[in-house]
Amino acid sequence: MSSKASILAAIKGLNMKEKPLPEIPDFDVAPDLIEAYTHSLNGNKGTVVSKEELEQLIAETGFPKIYSSSPSFATFTNCELPQHPADFADLDLAIIEGQFASAENAAIWLDESNLDLRAIPFITAHLVIVIKKENIVGNMHEAYKRIGATKSGFGVFIAGPSKTADIEQSLVVGAHGAMSLRVVIL
Amino acid sequence: MSHPENATVFLKDKERAKWHDDTLWIVRQKRDVTIHQIPEWEKLRELASQIKDHTLSKLDFYLEELEKNATANGIKVHWAENAEEHNKIIGKILDEKNCKAIVKSKSILTEECHLNPFLEEKGIEVVDTDLGERIIQFLKQPPSHIVMPAIHLKKSDISDIFHEKLHTEKGNVDPVYLTHAARLHLREKFLQAKVAITGVNFAIAETGEFVVCTNEGNADMGVHLADTHIACMGIEKLIPRRKDLGVFLRLLARSATGQSITNYNSHFRSPSPGKELHLILVNNGRTKQLAREKFRNSLKCIRCGACMNTCPIYRRSGGFSYGSTVPGPIGSILSPGIDLKKYSTLPFASTLCGSCTDVCPVKINIHEQLYEWRQEITKAQGASLKGLSMKLANGIFKSPLAYKVSGKLMRASLKTLPDSIIYNPLNAWGKGRNLPNLPEESFKDWYKKNRNK
Ligand code: SF4
Repeated sequence: MSSKASILAAIKGLNMKEKPLPEIPDFDVAPDLIEAYTHSLNGNKGTVVSKEELEQLIAETGFPKIYSSSPSFATFTNCELPQHPADFADLDLAIIEGQFASAENAAIWLDESNLDLRAIPFITAHLVIVIKKENIVGNMHEAYKRIGATKSGFGVFIAGPSKTADIEQSLVVGAHGAMSLRVVIL
Repeated sequence: MSHPENATVFLKDKERAKWHDDTLWIVRQKRDVTIHQIPEWEKLRELASQIKDHTLSKLDFYLEELEKNATANGIKVHWAENAEEHNKIIGKILDEKNCKAIVKSKSILTEECHLNPFLEEKGIEVVDTDLGERIIQFLKQPPSHIVMPAIHLKKSDISDIFHEKLHTEKGNVDPVYLTHAARLHLREKFLQAKVAITGVNFAIAETGEFVVCTNEGNADMGVHLADTHIACMGIEKLIPRRKDLGVFLRLLARSATGQSITNYNSHFRSPSPGKELHLILVNNGRTKQLAREKFRNSLKCIRCGACMNTCPIYRRSGGFSYGSTVPGPIGSILSPGIDLKKYSTLPFASTLCGSCTDVCPVKINIHEQLYEWRQEITKAQGASLKGLSMKLANGIFKSPLAYKVSGKLMRASLKTLPDSIIYNPLNAWGKGRNLPNLPEESFKDWYKKNRNK
């Protein structure tokens, strides 16, 4: 018997009585979604910045390698999309559009339609995600309603920069992936 | 060695034991702070519990759904009856790719299956990429906690091993410095690896996708740079619908560390063009646990670690004292199902205070199951073993009064006992216990109700 057959047979053999699958109700959400979002993002060690603040940061910092797939910041792109993601190992700043975000935990949904390469938001040294204020929803239930049945090969909720607390529970930002996350709410 | 013997070893370093205890308690408190911001918390736990109960009751159906939908998405699905088969499947894929080095992100299942030694024997370099996992891998230790694998180590230990392995400055214990040294080291590994292995937090039958949650982004760094992604999951990781993730992602990180969500929550549905995606469904004793009605719902576990952080015994005896892949209260229910003899002392490594049950986001009745295991073990060992288990069973369970008294003492001790009493060297783990937030129904009440059943 194949392992598949034996595993399934072992379960079927138990003749378990089916238990009900609950429906998920709606829950109250924060009255001011932008404020709640900003608060949640701060908790995850990310920050909300304005368009102007971001432009100023880029001007002052002079990041050598910038890739923007966001039309709002298209002019900052100064490199080509590589064939292989490893060639983005020296990417300093990536600017991406997010589809929507959940205020309760700052998680922003991105899928392949936002990611020219799946690796971009992870491999870049610094990450900026641009969202529209009308696309901030209250909680994860509303977020999954928005995702619905879309069929992207890859999708991700990003809620902050890469971080770890594995050394004596001290929080350190910038473990493997992006060392900062800035969110521009347009 | 039994749990009490191991615990005695752990408690020898009094200062470190106290630090361990305090650190985990802080994590537990962070969890409390976060969940109080969610008015529907109890409702979410109930939903999660019901969704998991439902899934387990139709597990065969959902597994086939998952396979069908994942296959249609271009994922190669494999089934493994046990750890050996799981390892062989991975070995075969690596052989086909002629792959000699892999990166792996935190997966308790691969630990359970002893994948690392298997691959290393084949001459394959395995790099665990979660920072905590990498640290313990350098030290050739197993994880001592399922969410915080290196929680038993001090920064001076980590500084020493990094000095040896990564040539960091001797004596530099700054966590930022050490983390960035690891970042540089691991980045090199990510850029070279052709195959990446990850665990799975949730698999969704309806869509044939699976979700991996990390804070470090190590799973994503691995898989998006590699050509082949192999994901390994126990068959209990299933949930029916995509929208069920809304419930579980709200519960998981809050229960684990008090964060509102992990920073990266990646949904893998199909491979990138030109790449390969494998999903291995592993049994390894899970259908046996499913068959044990009393212990069935331990399979609802989403591995958040909250029951460990809150457990007075875990905090004061350390993860290694359990000698099992999954330590702490949930490990003490799962492990005896795998090897009753080897793990016979684990169900006794508990005060039955019920705090584990209280914090569990999927409402597993952990402390009741611990009690059930004690009964089974006492029965199995019969008259032949008048050891610890019998003593405990007689001393505590046949004398509700004794429990009531000691329970009262325990309740009082949390706030009032000075550390010098709790950490008195004469005090074995079982005595110096305190009680975190008490469950609404204490064990005593539960016992009273159930005694005559
Ligand atoms: S048993 Fe519950 S509390 Fe413990 S790890 Fe599993 S889900 Fe978390």
